[in-house]
Amino acid sequence: MKYLILKHYRGGPANAVDWPPMDQWTPEEVDAHIQYMRDFIAGLQETGEFVDEQALAPGGTFVRYDGEGRPPVTDGPFAETKDLIAGWCIIDVESWDRAVQLAGELSAAPGPGGKPLHEWLEVRPFYGVSAPNAE
Amino acid sequence: MNESLLRDLVPAAIGVLLRRGADFVSAEDAVQEALIRALDTWPDDPPRDPKGWLVAVAWRKFLDAARAEASRRARELAVAAEPLPDPTPTTDDTLQLYVLCAHPTLPQDSAVALTLRAVGGLTTKQIATAYLVSEATMAQRISRAKRRIAGLPLDQPGDMGTVLRVLYLVFNEGYGGDIDLAAEAIRLTRQLVALTDEPEVAGLLALMLLHHARRTSRTGPGGRLVPLGKQDRSLWDTRLIAEGVAMLQAALARDRLGEYQAQAAIAALHADAPSTAETDWVQIVEWYDELLRITGSPVVRLNRAVAIGEASGPQAGLAALADVDPGLPRHAAVAAYLHERAGNLERAADLYAEASRTATNVPERDHLSREAARVRHLLRP
Repeated sequence: MKYLILKHYRGGPANAVDWPPMDQWTPEEVDAHIQYMRDFIAGLQETGEFVDEQALAPGGTFVRYDGEGRPPVTDGPFAETKDLIAGWCIIDVESWDRAVQLAGELSAAPGPGGKPLHEWLEVRPFYGVSAPNAE
Repeated sequence: MNESLLRDLVPAAIGVLLRRGADFVSAEDAVQEALIRALDTWPDDPPRDPKGWLVAVAWRKFLDAARAEASRRARELAVAAEPLPDPTPTTDDTLQLYVLCAHPTLPQDSAVALTLRAVGGLTTKQIATAYLVSEATMAQRISRAKRRIAGLPLDQPGDMGTVLRVLYLVFNEGYGGDIDLAAEAIRLTRQLVALTDEPEVAGLLALMLLHHARRTSRTGPGGRLVPLGKQDRSLWDTRLIAEGVAMLQAALARDRLGEYQAQAAIAALHADAPSTAETDWVQIVEWYDELLRITGSPVVRLNRAVAIGEASGPQAGLAALADVDPGLPRHAAVAAYLHERAGNLERAADLYAEASRTATNVPERDHLSREAARVRHLLRP
C-alpha cells in the first residue's frame, strides 16, 4: 500500500514547540538535521519501502483556465497562505500502522540542541487498484 | 563486457544503415533494438566482430520492421534484403548525427535525450533513470523528437553551437542512476574533438576536464556541497588538469576565441592555484570581461562580481554587483558572500537566509542554510 507523507512549510496543527528558523541554528545542528533525513531515506531504500521523495521550493502560484483564447489566470503567491507544502515522501508499506510509524520517525528529525523537532507531518493513503475479483 | 566500447559503435551502426538507404527514424530504432539485444547476450556470448554483429542485427531488425510496415500498407518493400557492399564509412556520418540530434528546432531536453541515445548509445531505460522519469515518458520524448527531425536533410552544415550546448547540459547533470552523465559527456565531446577542428569543441572538452578534475572535492560527508574556496585541492586530479590545460592552450593558439575557451581559461587559472588567496584573480577578471563581451550573459556578470570582489576587495565586488539583475538565481548568495567579507555580518546572514529560500536545488539550499547559520553564530557566539 502506498502512502504520501507530506511536509508543510506552514499549515496543520500548531507545533508542539515553536522552533526558530534554520538559519538561526548552529551549522552542526543543520548538518545533523540534513544527515537524519538522508539516513531516513537510505533506510527506506534498504527495506524496499521507498518510492519517491521530492522537495518543493516555496515559490509558485495558483493557475486556472479563463476561457477560450485567453491566457490562464494566475493568483498568488500568497505570502500569508495558511498551508504551504514543502515536500513529500512516497512509501510503499504493508500497513497503515507502518506508515504512521515511519512518519513518526521522520518527525523526530533533530533541531536545535539535537532535540527532536516533533514536526507535524501529514500521512495520506493512495487509492489502490480495483482487483478484477472484487467486482 | 565493455559497455562503453559497445556505445562507441552505435553512431557508426546508424551511419551504415543510413547509407544503405534506411531513414533516420527507422535506422535509429533498429540500432537501439540491436543494442538492447547486445547488452543482453554479449556477456555470455561475445561476438568476434562487435561492429559487424551490431550492424547485422540492426539491419535485420530494420528489414523486419520495414516488411511489417509494407504488408500493413500492402505495398512493395522498396529496400533490398541483401545490402550492397557498404560505401567507405566517413567520419562525417557521425558528425552529422551530432548535429541532427541537437537540431535547433528541438526542445533542449529532447535534444539531450536523442543525443544520448543515437550518438551516446545509451538505452532509453538508462536515459530515463538518469533523468528521473519513467521509461515510457522518455521513449515518448525521444520518438516525438525523431518525428520532428525526420524530414530534415542529413547533409546540411550544422549548428555546432547547439551541439556544444547539449553536451554541456549533459555534463552538468552529473551522476544519474547507474550512468555517469559527466563521464558520458566527456566521452562524446572527446569523440567530437576527433571529428572536427573547431577550437570551441576543444575548449568545451578542456572545460569539462578541468571541472571533472575537481569533482571528488566538490562534495563532503553526507553529500554536502563544498565551495571552491574550501575544497581540498590535494584531491584534484592532476592528470585531468594537465590534459585540460594542454587542450586549452592548443585551442587558444588558433586565435578564434569563444565562450567555452574563455570559461576553460578561468577554470585553468583555478586549477593552477594552490589556494584561493594565491589565485590570479586579476587575470580571472580579465577573462570574465572577455566572456562578457562574447556572451553578454547576466550570469557571467554575476560571477564577474565575485572575481572582482577577490581581485579588488569586497567593496569593489559589491559595486560590480550593483549592475547585475537582482532577479538572478544566486544573486542573494553572491551578495551575502561579499557582505560577509566586507564585515557586514548581519546583512550577510539575512542574505544567506534569503538565498537559501530562493535556491534552485536542494544541495545549494542546504549549503546556504548552513552558511546563514554559520554567520549568525559569528554574531552571537
